Amino acid sequence: MTKQIMEASHAIAEAVRMAKPAVIAAYPITPQTHIVERLSEFIADGELDSEYIRVESEFGAISACLGASATGTRAYTATCSQGLALMNEVLFIVSGMRLPVCMTVVNRALSAPISIWNDHQDSISARDVGWIQMYAETSQECYDLTLMQFKISEDHRVLTPSMVCLDGFTLSHVYEPVDIPAQEQVDKFLPRYKPYHAFLDPGQPMTLGPIGFPSEYMEIRKSQIDAIEDSLGVIEEVYNEFSDSFPVGIKKARPERYFHVEEYQLEDAEIALVAMGSVCGTIKVVIDKLRKKGEKVGLLKLITYRPFPRQAIKDALKGVEKVAVLEKAVSPGGDGPVYCEFSSLFYDSEDRPELRDFIIGLGGRDVSLGRIKKIYEMTKEGKGEKREWVF
Amino acid sequence: MAILGLPEEEYFACGHRACAGCGAAIAIRLITKAAGRNSILIEPTGCIEVVSTPYPETAWRLPWIHGAFENPASIASGICAALKAMGKENEINVVAFGGDGSTYDIGFGHISGAFERGHNFTFICYDNEAYMNTGIQRSGATPYGAATTTSPAGKISIGKEIWKKNLVQILADHGSPYVATASIGYLTDAYRKIKRAIETKGPTFVNLLATCPTGWRSPTEKSIEIARLAVETGIYPLYEIIEGRHVINRPKDVSDLKPVEDYLKMQGRFRHLFRPEKNEKAINFIRERVKSNLELLIERAQKNL
Repeated sequence: MTKQIMEASHAIAEAVRMAKPAVIAAYPITPQTHIVERLSEFIADGELDSEYIRVESEFGAISACLGASATGTRAYTATCSQGLALMNEVLFIVSGMRLPVCMTVVNRALSAPISIWNDHQDSISARDVGWIQMYAETSQECYDLTLMQFKISEDHRVLTPSMVCLDGFTLSHVYEPVDIPAQEQVDKFLPRYKPYHAFLDPGQPMTLGPIGFPSEYMEIRKSQIDAIEDSLGVIEEVYNEFSDSFPVGIKKARPERYFHVEEYQLEDAEIALVAMGSVCGTIKVVIDKLRKKGEKVGLLKLITYRPFPRQAIKDALKGVEKVAVLEKAVSPGGDGPVYCEFSSLFYDSEDRPELRDFIIGLGGRDVSLGRIKKIYEMTKEGKGEKREWVF
Repeated sequence: MAILGLPEEEYFACGHRACAGCGAAIAIRLITKAAGRNSILIEPTGCIEVVSTPYPETAWRLPWIHGAFENPASIASGICAALKAMGKENEINVVAFGGDGSTYDIGFGHISGAFERGHNFTFICYDNEAYMNTGIQRSGATPYGAATTTSPAGKISIGKEIWKKNLVQILADHGSPYVATASIGYLTDAYRKIKRAIETKGPTFVNLLATCPTGWRSPTEKSIEIARLAVETGIYPLYEIIEGRHVINRPKDVSDLKPVEDYLKMQGRFRHLFRPEKNEKAINFIRERVKSNLELLIERAQKNL
């Protein structure tokens, strides 16, 4: 283990280097660029022996990853926002073909108006493409989740692609201490990739990507949906193995043990805030201050978002009276996407908490300590609308 | 028994659902024979993808992959990179092929990207000159004067009023070491070109004209004859661009050309050029442009350009 002060983007590049993908295909887009630039430097210096395809677009990037993965190799890409939207068609195909492609999404708002700054609209809009999604709060989590995503996606019980999401700029360009394990430890945790699934090999010809008629399509879709639902258990296994193999080196840089959700001061909480990504760090500061004043408030941080960890959330929020969902995405004409999932999850519960939805931080709008405190107060006092925009 | 000296092995099994007289099915048989056993095939969405893979059946005896409509060249790029990473890039042929919808239009940018990067693969367009899978809509490869369902002939229209995109030249200008035109009307010539394209290192391209009786509204038994007439009239000349230099296969001279009407008349898609009366203006335009195009090709070949 070595401790380094590192930009989150570089922590991700470091994890990718140590995961040794055979093929990287990526197209530059702000604020993802520091990842692909660092990977290019690794290759230029002979520190990474991957085939790096400098594709002509994100559509080309994800398609090249599809081809590389279908040939039986480990494939990686990174993008965000407009780039992820451009990939959209192929995201469904990669998951439908059960190819364990791994991707980093550096969360950025979508145009129009065009914005290079952070929110979660890009990956939340890609919620239904059949990929596993995990959200990082810190640089350390970026490193850790990137290593873990390969192991999760490639598990033959899963064979589902994954996205590790981190906030553009507010995390991607931030320097924090990161604990980097030795390559031998990483190799032990993540061995060389061996394709288990169908792949392209002249010695054993297979047809990949056939047409599915109405008589077959639903069964194939169901088996894919079952796999992503069942992956929850495998993700937990990998979280546990990682937590055992790599004990915490830097305090507060990551949860003591990885789990689908991180509980912060939830034990006796009456009010819980729910969030994903780097804003959780700010929320924790507010909670510490409120706790000192005797307020019973905690945070539920979602790390695994797809598959949705229903039971973990229910367990974590047991006994909580009021829940405020803070989300950086919207569903135009409908309720907030994360809020919807929570209200659906608790609909059948007898002791369901009061749920509030707060739209925060769109297009890079700063989410300050004061705003989070205000959200807490509104939730506690029951003030404002069911869905509030926090400008 | 080997016919025309072509390999006997069939890698595209009978039982596929292609129409009677389908030129694309003939093209695929040729491509797979030329590629041989040590090959990986990539195909976009299109007629052949649909007719060959009704899950759980398949007509493919070679490893074959379909992703989307626009990305066969990108998938091929990923396969080339993966084979390189595995040290198998010299053992396995990577052969992508698609219809003209994918090749000329929706997938064009990705082909351009793959050719610029110089991957060691071959792209073959089975060119039936329209979006046949979706019901005969015009593409960038549809010829001037052809009626399609989105460029119908009407009271004030002669069908498509734009000349076919010169994709062969565009891809040659990417610095490809080998591009060629071929026609299913000349099987041994087409086989030789596909094989040469596959054996040439780097990104190579063959545009293979493949009659579509359904879309061209032509008799199913005339597919080969029509594909030969396309060449004999000069409408679709056969040539190669080898390391940037033109070689004309046929026709060798503008004086050898059969009348363009011989080709046009055989197909329902050009019927409106002859009824109710012959459209001399449109046919003259086609005749002159065919002639000048061929003259330009011959001039380039003579000057060793």
